[in-house]
Amino acid sequence: MIRFAAVRLLQAIPVLFGVITITFILIHSAPGGPFSADKAVPPEVLMALEEKYDLNLPLWQQYFGYLEDLISGDFGPSFKYPGRNVSELIASAFPTTAELALYSMIVAIVIGLFAGVVAAMRPNSVQDYAPMSLAMIGICMPSFLLGPLLVLIFGIYLEWLPISGWNSLPGDKILPAITLGTGYAAYIARLTRGGMLDILSQDYIRTARAKGLSEIVIVCKHGLRGGLIPVVAFLGPAFAGMLGGSFVVETIFNIPGLGRFYVQAAFNRDYTMILGTTIFFAALIVSFNLISDILAMWMNPKLRQKDLGDEK
Amino acid sequence: MPIKTNSKIYRLFFLILHGIYLCVLPGCETPPTNVELGNKTGVLHWGNGTEPQSLDPHIATGVPEHHVISALMEGLVLKDSQTLEPTSGIAERWDISEDQLVYTFHLRSNAKWSNGDTLNAHDFVWSWWRALQPRLGNLYAYMYFPIKNARAYYNGDVNDFKEVGVKAVDDLTLQVMLENPTPYFLQLLDHYSTFPVHQETVEKFGSADERGTRWTYEGNMVSNGPFKLKKWAINQEIVVEKNPQYYDEKNVKLNEIVYYPIENGITEERMFRAGQLHYTNDVPIDKVETYRATNDPALRIHPYLGTYYYRINTRVPHLKDRRVRRALALTIDRESLTKNILKGGQIPAYAMTPPDTKGYFPPNKLEFNPLEAKRLMTLAGYPDGKNFPETEILYNTNEGHRKVAVAIQQMWKIHLNIDVRLTNQEWKVYLDSESNGDYEISRAGWIGDYVDPNNFLDMFICGGGNNRTGWCSKEYDKLILQEAPRKESDQNRFAIFREAEEILIDEMPVIPIYTYTSKNLVHSSLKNFNPNILNQASYKDLFLSDDID
Repeated sequence: MIRFAAVRLLQAIPVLFGVITITFILIHSAPGGPFSADKAVPPEVLMALEEKYDLNLPLWQQYFGYLEDLISGDFGPSFKYPGRNVSELIASAFPTTAELALYSMIVAIVIGLFAGVVAAMRPNSVQDYAPMSLAMIGICMPSFLLGPLLVLIFGIYLEWLPISGWNSLPGDKILPAITLGTGYAAYIARLTRGGMLDILSQDYIRTARAKGLSEIVIVCKHGLRGGLIPVVAFLGPAFAGMLGGSFVVETIFNIPGLGRFYVQAAFNRDYTMILGTTIFFAALIVSFNLISDILAMWMNPKLRQKDLGDEK
Repeated sequence: MPIKTNSKIYRLFFLILHGIYLCVLPGCETPPTNVELGNKTGVLHWGNGTEPQSLDPHIATGVPEHHVISALMEGLVLKDSQTLEPTSGIAERWDISEDQLVYTFHLRSNAKWSNGDTLNAHDFVWSWWRALQPRLGNLYAYMYFPIKNARAYYNGDVNDFKEVGVKAVDDLTLQVMLENPTPYFLQLLDHYSTFPVHQETVEKFGSADERGTRWTYEGNMVSNGPFKLKKWAINQEIVVEKNPQYYDEKNVKLNEIVYYPIENGITEERMFRAGQLHYTNDVPIDKVETYRATNDPALRIHPYLGTYYYRINTRVPHLKDRRVRRALALTIDRESLTKNILKGGQIPAYAMTPPDTKGYFPPNKLEFNPLEAKRLMTLAGYPDGKNFPETEILYNTNEGHRKVAVAIQQMWKIHLNIDVRLTNQEWKVYLDSESNGDYEISRAGWIGDYVDPNNFLDMFICGGGNNRTGWCSKEYDKLILQEAPRKESDQNRFAIFREAEEILIDEMPVIPIYTYTSKNLVHSSLKNFNPNILNQASYKDLFLSDDID
């Protein structure tokens, strides 16, 4: 397993390098620069600004300069927020996004697993169709619709929960977590159902039943471990997706997370910020994919066996 | 495999649900809203649009920055929030020489920085020197250009700052010499770009002309306004608190102001409804109707010093002819557009300068006149729109701009029988196309920095950075650059401006469409809030009270 992880980590290096290079080329090819503004920028000011941020240098020099800084752990200064470093901005906003993603993941897992298991226990019945139909609605309903709906019902009409902010009022994390988590809950529900249906028809489950074990023990102890393998494989990319795709939820609920920086940076042509956040998210995706692969291997004896076989 | 509804799984599920319910329930007890709490503690909650880029007055540009900086800092003069007339700020009084070329400011002896240091005339001289350093990248350096030799110093034609017309006669006297009589000069001194900064603090965090040092951060900043910086959490909130060193501290009624960067207008409106804000930066156009229908007094719509207009690229062959440009302008039914499409109280614009800008009324030389437009098109060689090339309207991607463009496209089709293609581009791409002259007709907007027609007319001088139409008139330039500045009275100056604006409207390199309005939601507990055409609040005068007026 260690060799597997080491190989995957080595493979991540060219992936990240490719991400940096492609992003660098793309952002510099986009029309408009970081300092173009509604009001004309005097040429001498533009020159001073370009000099300060090395934009007056040939592109290849800028590229290698950036790589050099990056190796020493410096993401560079933000063009949009003078005086702030990209690393500092990421460090200030990421904990919020991570917290939001974590709560959303809890929502997604609790709802998704329960719905999936319930559906799998009585396939092709109302008990199956009802949660799966809800799951389909959850997949189809975009967060920019669900968020305002929840806000209207629980924030404005019932006045139960705050409608915006983060860490400012008690309960202000509930609606964003549900909004972001619901879509993923729906995916998890469908994956759980599929995985469980497959497992519950296995011989060892029939054996367990024959031994007179209770249904809850069969499902929770013997069924879930095998049935959840597709879900575990999904969780890594899903968590990374929540981190990178929280922009809409952050905007609806006015949450000071990294998603807003990520999207605003592109609109502002804040080159270093775009590169910094892209590299950061790319690294996260690579890491979460690796973690979910390791987990899947740990849960699935067949995969473990294959890896051991390879090592021999 | 079927399970019974009373099985352990179901019981487990309901146990979990019950647990969640118990956890959530305490959060469901409605706590006091920001507004309720703020009214008791004197804390104002203010929707502020976007996250400010910088709080350095010599670097910042933009309205959200202005809101925060004007709470933290103060210039030589202030504006009366109702009349917008200059009133005393750090300068207690001032004398103006007869030829209007020398201003002598007498500073308050009790003006202090938030760290207790005395604020004197030398602070202004140093701050203005800093603001004119090209390396700093101050986009508002032109606000200093009425001062003698300021432009030359900025451009590098003069090297010694002593030759620039600003000097500290003594600690409490600042003398400013101008190039020309500039009746709006006092107004510029209320703009944040002319505010003083604390030299010791700026230099502690870098050189004076270094862009983006950390002197404006929470814990570092020293300022001289009614409030001082307490907290700056990016994309979350900026909190300013009452400055005990402020010379007029006893008349500052608010204890704190919390500025929220809320880019989404719908979120902001919801926050207002839920009692999280006293003031919104804007109101979504779709919500305006609802507030109007219920006669909600929270909705405040007021004329705003800004013009929405279309630029015409006069370098494009078929748009070179002024008759074509006039025909296009004459066939926009502005009344119908503002009433049926925009619905936000906007005022139809028939000139670049908004009416009653400091008492200036622009010439009335434009109207909705399709017959005259048809005649002009025929004279230009396009009878009934025949042979007129398909023309493009470029706008930055925005639903409001699209609606206006679609309406105008229809109007031109109906009245001139010409085909118009609509193109939208992302903001920075659009700016790039416009400044490169890569467009035919493009939407534009201009918000005044100070209340004077000069601010709307001087951008169309030949080769001006904000002209971007390719239009150039020597006569217009002479009026704006040479004649108007030399007039000592507003009456004479305005006569020159009217003359210039007549040329502009006759030549029509731009088509004025409407005058902006500011739209805000203001909670009834926010008192002393006076709407004005700059949509600027005087924070030191605001207070909160639950009393009904």
